[in-house]
Amino acid sequence: MTEATPLSGKVVEPLIYELSQPGRTGLTLPDPDVPEAALPEDLLRDDVPLPEVSQIDVVRHFVRLSQLNHGIDKGFYPLGSCTMKYNPKINEDAARLSGFARIHPLQNPLQVQGAMALMYYLQDWLAEASGMAGVSLQPAAGAHGELSGILIMRKYHVDRGDARRTKILVPDSAHGTNPASTSMSGLQVVEIPSNADGGVDMDALLEQCDDTVVGLMITIPNTLGLFEANVKEVIGAVQGCGGLVYMDGANFNALMGIVKPGDLGVDVMHFNLHKTFSTPHGGGGPGSGPVGVAERLLPFLPGPVVDMVEEGSDEEPPLYGWVMPEKSIGRVKAFYGNFGMMVRAYTYMRMHGADGLRRVSEHAVLNANYVRARLRDIYHVPYDRICMHEFVAEGRWDDAPGVHALDISKRLMDFGMHPPTNYFPLIVHEALMIEPTETESRETLDAFVAAMRQIAEEAHTDPDILHGAPHTTPVSRLDEVKAAKDLVLCYGPACGG
Amino acid sequence: MTYLPHTEADRAAMLAAIGVKSMEALFEAIPEEARFPELELPDALSEMEALAELQGLSNANVDADYFAFFLGAGTYNHYVPSVINHILLRSEFYTAYTPYQPEVSQGTLQSIFEYQTMIAALTGMEVSNASHYDGATSLAEAVIMALNTVKGKDRKKVILSPAVHPQYRAVVRTYTQGMDLEIVGDAPDTNTIDDLADLLDDRTALLVVQTPNFFGQVEDLDGLAERVHAAGALLCVVADPIALGLFKPPGVYGADIVVGEGQPLGIPMSFGGPYLGFFATRKEYVRRMAGRLAGETVDADGRRGFVLTLSTREQHIRRERATSNICTNQGLMMLAATVYLSLLGKQGLRKVAELCYHKSHYAAKKIDQLKGFSVDMRRPFLKEFVVTCPKPVSEINNALMWDWDIVGGYDLAHDYPARANQMLVCVTEANTVEQIDALAEALVEVTS
Repeated sequence: MTEATPLSGKVVEPLIYELSQPGRTGLTLPDPDVPEAALPEDLLRDDVPLPEVSQIDVVRHFVRLSQLNHGIDKGFYPLGSCTMKYNPKINEDAARLSGFARIHPLQNPLQVQGAMALMYYLQDWLAEASGMAGVSLQPAAGAHGELSGILIMRKYHVDRGDARRTKILVPDSAHGTNPASTSMSGLQVVEIPSNADGGVDMDALLEQCDDTVVGLMITIPNTLGLFEANVKEVIGAVQGCGGLVYMDGANFNALMGIVKPGDLGVDVMHFNLHKTFSTPHGGGGPGSGPVGVAERLLPFLPGPVVDMVEEGSDEEPPLYGWVMPEKSIGRVKAFYGNFGMMVRAYTYMRMHGADGLRRVSEHAVLNANYVRARLRDIYHVPYDRICMHEFVAEGRWDDAPGVHALDISKRLMDFGMHPPTNYFPLIVHEALMIEPTETESRETLDAFVAAMRQIAEEAHTDPDILHGAPHTTPVSRLDEVKAAKDLVLCYGPACGG
Repeated sequence: MTYLPHTEADRAAMLAAIGVKSMEALFEAIPEEARFPELELPDALSEMEALAELQGLSNANVDADYFAFFLGAGTYNHYVPSVINHILLRSEFYTAYTPYQPEVSQGTLQSIFEYQTMIAALTGMEVSNASHYDGATSLAEAVIMALNTVKGKDRKKVILSPAVHPQYRAVVRTYTQGMDLEIVGDAPDTNTIDDLADLLDDRTALLVVQTPNFFGQVEDLDGLAERVHAAGALLCVVADPIALGLFKPPGVYGADIVVGEGQPLGIPMSFGGPYLGFFATRKEYVRRMAGRLAGETVDADGRRGFVLTLSTREQHIRRERATSNICTNQGLMMLAATVYLSLLGKQGLRKVAELCYHKSHYAAKKIDQLKGFSVDMRRPFLKEFVVTCPKPVSEINNALMWDWDIVGGYDLAHDYPARANQMLVCVTEANTVEQIDALAEALVEVTS
């Protein structure tokens, strides 16, 4: 007998394997329209341990799973440093046009001129928006763009015959990907402390600036959401000792039409198309992390990149071709990058133009400052001044011991909102990194402020409600320690377990 | 602006709340001489106009809706079932971030767990991560993992088969250019698996083969793992996920790491991306593996749930000592593969593989009989095979495209200079017998 269980707010969706019944399938395939060839019996496997599920059960399973997620389309998502802005629907339609979705990367370039034109323009527009001399769209994510950028800086020095340079300077407020990308490139990380204002400590920087420096990686605005007050001095110091300056472009949403990193002297930067240029995060990718460089580094870009190999005329369109930069670091990925994300970013830029992009950045900054202004009397903001697209508050009070940033975050879920980024940057205790983005209305921001103020009140009067949170999500707080200790990464019966 | 909700009244009230007089006043920290630059970008279009422009660009490409495709070489024109796109368009999936907050991310986390299970099952390995960018970067991460895993300090040699995808080998070299490695095996490009095994020594960290290899042939892996392990090195196999539905998986042959391109699993060709790098290994190496991992656990009330786990390997915790810099990976493409494998299931995946097998063999035999053409059928193959042609492949492909609406096979001379006039032809379940017959007819016409 099947037992019936009435619905409750809490949900445990079976694994797809637990829905399996021998003999079922979700898709009927045609019979062969050619004579069957003899299969090589000695090479065949006995069994493929996959589930057997009907189509409706597959659809219901994944629809029900989707309902367990919070997404931008469901509610506010102020996850700092992730730029969770609205992902326009038209982008999805554009990327699915058959002339984009159903073309092969190794086709003769004459067959794919439309796709190559799109890439050419996107390279050009990103370069224009950033003040870089050229862009390669190949990296698949921000960290991948960083790796490319560091390899470019390394190779630039090697190519000049300067092999002594092995140090990359990284401020202590940097994203973890910065030091990790450095190590992957075979270079040494030297951490630079922040000063009292949250910027780079100039004395510490100057102490490290010597002829062993490959370059500096700097996030602008930094991870506190602040524009580096000494930006010109910092860049000047590094370049003064022969180093290059890499800008982590994760926070470029604050800068479009506001300042070109190239005008500040930045030598290399990456873009996160999945942050600034509205391509969706997909629950953890796919992203796209194009890398841009100044003139002297153009020969080192990963490739191939698209170039216009013959100019057009009144009768003939221009001809686009693949070009490998002369001293390229090589390919960082098969083919040319996450093209589907390029189509979305192209669509976004095409619908904004110069004025539109500037307004995006202005409103991102306006929204962040508005939320900061309305929370700062309740939540301590350690570097409290006009911020850029995000700010960092402390999720703790001396008179509410035992309440942590994590408790505030979990409680926020009960209000239908995604929490801010927790515990980053590392230089702020109990950090709550809040990035509202420009696409949120004043009413949404006000609702967030109201929830945060109520949570602060609860922290002082009824902290248990925070410690027990979230109360309304599909599952309650999860035991992460058990997950790491018992380590179950696979459904046992399918993995011989 | 379409996506900016504020009215003039909103802006005024918000600026007042902040305590500044104008938008411009928010940007005084920016050096004045660089502030508010002009951007030379085309004027903004409405959605309607932008879509028309994009349709124009799309229409300028030759796509698989209208042409018969016999081009593979790492990207495959397999049928993508309708259900997949409908699930990918659930915006609770595609507008979510990496599932750092598990209580509101169980959909993504459980999907990852199911994906990990399916990849482990397919490859015959114990654990899988949540994905890399593509097959090539998965392989590069495998090389780095092997260097960090093998015992012995001086193991800095990596042996790559010349029959591993040329672009994958290129990516390995890019990733490791600062690591002072010795990468051997793919020169000369005629090296066989036996030749590669002869290169093993006490400095070798990893040996990499691909099966079916770049030329479509199923490699003979019997005894290889034993030789690799005897030398103290690890064996990495680059695999095709459709082939894993039919043939014995690398785990059976003793592989330590199995990587590959997941694009065949319900992901469109999309001009080279976004795709899906899969990565599976033995449980004993799990802490050396890069990438995200979903693990099973329970919530405060004892209900089953899933979280990202072993994050102490990762960059946001361990920074410069992390196993990799990877952060964003290919989440939504992983979901596509999970839905694909759920839909097709045990029988369906095998049937896709068998359809590829029968059709490619029909095509190979047919082309082999054409005057001036010969097909290398000495090793078993699944969907790709090498055709030696009577004239340069580029000339043949041009004629196929302009006169026959056919996108021909890959010109192997691009990567293997000795293979002039050799075409790598790919046949999948998406190719009909009519298309194959038309290809054979066209090959005769364009070379006579």
